[in-house]
Amino acid sequence: MKLHITQTDYDALRAHGEETYPHECCGVLLGHAKDDGNHVSAIVRAGNTRTDSAHNRYNISPMELIKIQREGRKQGLDIVGFYHSHPDHPAMWSSTDFAEAHWFGCCYVITSVDKGKANLTNAFHLAGTTEDDKAFQQEEILITKAVGENA
Amino acid sequence: MKINIPTPLRAFTDKQATVEVNGATVQAGLDALVAAHPELKNHLFTPDGKLRSFVNVYLNDDDVRYLPAAEASAVSADDELTIIPSIAGGTGLSASRALCCR
Repeated sequence: MKLHITQTDYDALRAHGEETYPHECCGVLLGHAKDDGNHVSAIVRAGNTRTDSAHNRYNISPMELIKIQREGRKQGLDIVGFYHSHPDHPAMWSSTDFAEAHWFGCCYVITSVDKGKANLTNAFHLAGTTEDDKAFQQEEILITKAVGENA
Repeated sequence: MKINIPTPLRAFTDKQATVEVNGATVQAGLDALVAAHPELKNHLFTPDGKLRSFVNVYLNDDDVRYLPAAEASAVSADDELTIIPSIAGGTGLSASRALCCR
């Protein structure tokens, strides 16, 4: 299983983390789930509601998520993952990320942003079907060509 | 009414993104959903029948938890329910502390 994403979207989610530094950014990956992994067709920036602790927490409001989901469906796209940044922390999922992960089959992309500069970006697939058997599995990020982009 | 199913729960609705159910209230709609797709029950509700803390249910644009009648709120055939799991996280630690991974 791999995360398939265009260079443009990959760069954009990393840039988002730099823009919100020293706070965490967050957003949604829209696309399609296929046998070889989740394919991202668009990313959507979301607001971080955790203004009380934005340097080390993020939360997307359910209503914003619903609106993003609605807009995605108009384009024939589903929510296939999320992204957020870890300011001055490794691009590894934290115990908080794990506890708050409930979107099975989706991909959680984490970018470390060190001193305002995007560093490593990792992708983790949330495997399992219940809170008892869930697990994050790191997966390869495969940069793809955008539709219409020359090979 | 129509109930929108999020991607992680479609494995339990025969891959359907929306499910049509009959019911006069939000609770009746959810009950009908679970009756049609029993595997959803444990994913949506605690053993004592309450919505799980990370499961949000919206009636059109309103969070059902904050409606005056909550799950007992009346619905019409034109209403739309959306089930949306929460999405949150972060390092959860102060900037000087190391990450903790399982």
